[in-house]
Amino acid sequence: MFFRSLSALTIGAGLFLTGCQREKRDIRPSPTRLAVYGDAAKESALRPGGPINPQPVVTNPYNSSGYDISEGQRLFSWYNCNGCHANGGGAIGPPLIKQQWIYGGEPANIFDTIIKGRPNGMPAWGGRIPEYQVWQIVAYVRSMNGQQPTSATPTRPDTIETNPQTLRNRTSGETK
Amino acid sequence: MTSYGRAAKLLCFAAFTDALAFCATDAQSVVNPVGPQSGKIAGLWWFFFWLLGAIFLLVMVAALWTLTRPNRGLAQEPLEGTHQVSQETESRATRVVTGASIATVVILFVLIVASVSTGKGLAELPYKKNTLTIEVMGTQWWWNITYQNSDSSLVFTTANEIHIPTGRPVQIRGLSNDVIHSFWVPNLHGKADFIPSRVNTEWIQADKPGVYRGQCAEFCGLQHAHMIIYVIAETPENFRKWYEHQLQPAGQPSDPTTQRGQQVFMNNACVYCHQIRGTDAAGQNGPDLTHFGSRLGIAANTVPNTPGNLGGWIADPQSTKPGNHMATVAVNSADMQPLINYLESLK
Repeated sequence: MFFRSLSALTIGAGLFLTGCQREKRDIRPSPTRLAVYGDAAKESALRPGGPINPQPVVTNPYNSSGYDISEGQRLFSWYNCNGCHANGGGAIGPPLIKQQWIYGGEPANIFDTIIKGRPNGMPAWGGRIPEYQVWQIVAYVRSMNGQQPTSATPTRPDTIETNPQTLRNRTSGETK
Repeated sequence: MTSYGRAAKLLCFAAFTDALAFCATDAQSVVNPVGPQSGKIAGLWWFFFWLLGAIFLLVMVAALWTLTRPNRGLAQEPLEGTHQVSQETESRATRVVTGASIATVVILFVLIVASVSTGKGLAELPYKKNTLTIEVMGTQWWWNITYQNSDSSLVFTTANEIHIPTGRPVQIRGLSNDVIHSFWVPNLHGKADFIPSRVNTEWIQADKPGVYRGQCAEFCGLQHAHMIIYVIAETPENFRKWYEHQLQPAGQPSDPTTQRGQQVFMNNACVYCHQIRGTDAAGQNGPDLTHFGSRLGIAANTVPNTPGNLGGWIADPQSTKPGNHMATVAVNSADMQPLINYLESLK
């Protein structure tokens, strides 16, 4: 009887432990090189008239951790991205909550956009800030659209969100 | 420090050396008050200490006495089928328990009165017109400090270190940039919580020059324990000198190495977060570095401000203070020494 309850307890405890999956928080990113030009994606040389055909070649290494997404959110205002893009709704710059991306919406495309800069005002951050921070910003930008795992995305933005549709997009995990 | 204070200090040292070791450190200690506010708090602390210490001793003596006295009651009243307590024993026990209960309530009331009147006394301290207002903003995990003035040319920003003149009341206006922090310099005052989107004020005054250590006292994240602030109380003349120097922009580097260091700083990601007044660096996310070389510590006083520590901090901030928000910026090894020289030259 004693051994039976002991083994039941052990199995129970073991099952409990499987729930102890803890998000890995990489606070010491490696490598710490500066983000450089032209690493992530290649674009079609033909632009006018035809569809833009981005071909992502790398994936975001800081993709699914809530820590990296919240770091991206902090950096988004630290580096004044919100100065032009507001909180994703767009102002001077284009909105970031959308389906149609001018230069591609895959992580590698957004990385490239940040690194290279784009015409009409988007500055190039390549060689300025560390690469891991660019990826964290990419993760945050995509989370605005609900394109990151909901397990890692905050359900509520730190800024006051007035647009219910935006809120829904962020939390539902699907884009409308 | 009074003589009974010193005696008590020895006592608690002898009794619980580790647990109460704070009694011995004067730089961050409730029992070493240097101002009127902390004086009142220390008075209350000692009142509690002596009163509750005496009660503790009395209870221990009473317990020892009941353990060691002969079993009078049992001898007089042998146990039978059911134990009937005599009328005399019953009324004696009632008297003792009632008396002890009343005494407990009275003592608790005395403690409440002492505590409330100390709080009231702290709120009613008279303040002169000639006060100094310092805005302290808690940020994960450092303190942003702005000396306020109605004349905007006399406003400047520094970090992690407050200089105050002795004998002059100082108003601390507490803000938070992110989560709840708590400002606590035990030698000067009790804790004040800094809460996002509201201002909490606290008055401090130091009557004795010295360096007083404070720490965040509300858990605020990974590096809560390394959110240290120094309050440096100086004579009014020395404070005036310091204040006027802080108002100046940073000096321009003169020798080639420091000039190179300035170039390295300006061409790297440093400028997105740090401000050095008098240069193009105007970032507002990290501590102001205009007079960095004159400060005591690095990383909210986690390590002393030495060239070696600074090099380690820039090369790998996450090793000095894991989880902090300073970016790991790649600096060429050849550029590191000039950068250190430049920052340390910002006296």
